[in-house]
Amino acid sequence: MSQVQEGARPAAPANPDASSTRPAPRVAWSRRLLTAGPPIALIALIVIFGAANSRFLSGSNARGIADQTAILLVLAIGMTFVILLGGIDLSVEGVMATSSLVVALLAANDRNSNDYGMLAVLAGVAAGALFGLVSGLLHTRLKIPSFMATLGMGAVGIGIATVLFAGRSPRVLDEGVRSWGLDKWWGFSPLTYVAVAVLIIGWLIQRFTRVGRYGYVIGGAEGIARLSGIPIMRYKTLAFIISGSTAGLAGAMAASRLGVGDVLIGGGQMFATITAVVVGGTLLQGGRGGVHKTAIGALIIAVLANGLILVGVEPYVQRSVQGVVIVIAVAATGWSLRTRTRTIK
Amino acid sequence: MNGPVVEFRGVSKRFPGVLALDNVDVEIRPHEVVGLIGENGAGKSTLLKILSGVYQPDSGDLIVRGESRHLATPRHAAAAGIGMVHQEQSLIGTVSVAENILLGAEGSSVRGGVYNWKDLNQRAQRMLSKIDSQIRPTDRTEDLVLAQRQMVELAKALAVEERGDHEPVIVLDEPTSVLDGDDLETLFAEIERLRDIASVVFVSHRLDEVLRVSDRVYVMKDGRVVAERDPKAVDIAELYRLMVGRETAGEFYREDEQLEVDGAPDVIKVEGLGRKGAFKDVDLRVRAGEVVGLAGVEGSGREALSRALFGAEPFDVGQVLLDGARLKLGSPSDAVEAGIGYVPAERRVEGVAMGLSVEDNIVLADPGTISRRGIVIPSRRRQVVAEWIDRLRIKTVSTQTDVANLSGGNQQKVTLAKWLSSPRLRVLILDHPTRGLDVGAKEDVYTFIRKACAQGLAIILIADTIDETIALSHNVVVFRDGEITARFSAAPGRKPTQVQLVEAMV
Repeated sequence: MSQVQEGARPAAPANPDASSTRPAPRVAWSRRLLTAGPPIALIALIVIFGAANSRFLSGSNARGIADQTAILLVLAIGMTFVILLGGIDLSVEGVMATSSLVVALLAANDRNSNDYGMLAVLAGVAAGALFGLVSGLLHTRLKIPSFMATLGMGAVGIGIATVLFAGRSPRVLDEGVRSWGLDKWWGFSPLTYVAVAVLIIGWLIQRFTRVGRYGYVIGGAEGIARLSGIPIMRYKTLAFIISGSTAGLAGAMAASRLGVGDVLIGGGQMFATITAVVVGGTLLQGGRGGVHKTAIGALIIAVLANGLILVGVEPYVQRSVQGVVIVIAVAATGWSLRTRTRTIK
Repeated sequence: MNGPVVEFRGVSKRFPGVLALDNVDVEIRPHEVVGLIGENGAGKSTLLKILSGVYQPDSGDLIVRGESRHLATPRHAAAAGIGMVHQEQSLIGTVSVAENILLGAEGSSVRGGVYNWKDLNQRAQRMLSKIDSQIRPTDRTEDLVLAQRQMVELAKALAVEERGDHEPVIVLDEPTSVLDGDDLETLFAEIERLRDIASVVFVSHRLDEVLRVSDRVYVMKDGRVVAERDPKAVDIAELYRLMVGRETAGEFYREDEQLEVDGAPDVIKVEGLGRKGAFKDVDLRVRAGEVVGLAGVEGSGREALSRALFGAEPFDVGQVLLDGARLKLGSPSDAVEAGIGYVPAERRVEGVAMGLSVEDNIVLADPGTISRRGIVIPSRRRQVVAEWIDRLRIKTVSTQTDVANLSGGNQQKVTLAKWLSSPRLRVLILDHPTRGLDVGAKEDVYTFIRKACAQGLAIILIADTIDETIALSHNVVVFRDGEITARFSAAPGRKPTQVQLVEAMV
């Protein structure tokens, strides 16, 4: 058969700009929205709530918001690494439950004679990391979709926590552990400083390490990453370990703040976490976003929750508001990716 | 070193049902630009994939710098100093230029998993400087225009030289298909520059470009190297003849079964259709029983147009009329509703639903024919399916067989049956209907096209080859850069020549 043309999908038209010149800024509005939208939304919320209730802008309320954001921010930073890869971690609440009980039962408590002090917190983080490792291995080795693997691991976490719980919340008596949750350092809870430290570490990982950089590469185009010889499974598993560790730390933080280990200690956090990541501008499809964006997203969620209370919205309406916010955010961030024949599953 | 850098010695590669490479000898000498041309399916891609470690030869030797090498993966090929610039973009948009250039080969720039950005950027800068590019290693890749990305691809290919202490072989697979004008000149200047520091394999459809940049040209056909020419002593016409080989028999295409369509009513009319960056001012009409062939090189706009006519992609201006009535084409389901069918080029992805049975696939497009008020009538369904399996001679163990187990030709017939079983069908868009099919299956498709015409269907065809386009069509419309550049009547007995079409295409 003779021919000269080989058919293929139509290529994009060539751009007339000479390649040797500096690139013209060619940023699509949808990507600008992704970058500038969340900070603008945050400022707008602050202005609106500030106008609606003068107490909103007071120093003590601002500090309250910061303290309220701490646990959510820690969770969301870990989640960001998983979502950047196009995956999701639904085990957050179960991991928090197990971790909080591990911390409460290893630190000085009213149930047993353990007294490991701050080591108990480390054990909580380690438990979370272990959950992440198992989720990651299930996802990469057994090829289970991440939502299913982590949903299962979350249930396992709740189960383990329930066994440890044994009918009654163990109370944390350890002064050191409790003080992290109760003290104020220069007006802020120590947990807020922990969250800021996690944010900085997360940013450093994202910016300067293979795990961080390859997250963008694998999330952006897994096929290219594979052809470049990148061990994809390893980096995916690492992302789940990071997410598990932050969930473990969040469980420890909650135990320290509330003074108990509890099965339901992470109730409602998973949804808020995913919302924070997505509202911040990390694409659920992966490849685009980052922990710095997630910080903005977490603040938006916290400001929204705080502001709605101050303007007198019923607490149970707030959940619905969060739901609306995440749907709008997902639609807005995915706007540029719409094509008629794209499959959404 | 004076011997060839890379040598294929008697290399053969067989795929199920086809001998993709048949005892091929090719050599690439130091500081040489080797042109490689051939038709679709001539074996060029297989050759390149063996060179880049994607495929391994069944027999014969691949000798790199005097040593017989087994390139098991793309990484091995890169380690052997072979860098590819792929036809499709292979860059990640969200990371920096430097990260793309050194992707998977960060080496000394990453210690213990921690990046040394300064070192990474410096190394990338070295590659960019070699091709005299002003792109900065820290630029975000997605902010670059297409031609700049091509330069980054080139720098990435060049980076393979860091993995060894020898000069690299750079393979450019259709690098010009997305470039034009100044960008093209820039690329040619780059190739000249590469000549001093590397050996280059240049693959292109544009024969004039191959003649212009190459020191030597290999012509491939049917899995063999049929000629090796000096560009100074050969012209486009000769290259083309070598590539095409023979006049194809009209019989193969069932030309005697082609019917006249003069006087037939218009079925579908396209008026002033356009989409920014894809195609513009497209006027077309297809009459009952007529085949209109769309000719053009890749990216000429014909594929985008065909998808727009099926509602799979949008258009900005113009209108589409079916039997004189304006169509709303907001989605593929609008098109199906109106009686337009589409046989996509990506058969395995978009044509048949893998995992579903032959029966389920056939009744997929128009469940209305086998059901009443939304409830499927099993007897009617069996009857329709059996009828089409018989009419198109689909070879399948049973109607319940998973289509994934059928051969390519039979899968294509299932796709055709899916559309034909709908009584509403008025227009059928065929996008590369014979791609990847063996000769026998192709003939079946040709026969089918003639029969469909005889029944008054209007067919829009994007064929795999120019021959096919000419032989099957009543009229041929040639696209170039999104616009129609020529129209040829190809009525029975009045066929245009391939050369006429090619002139309008390039």
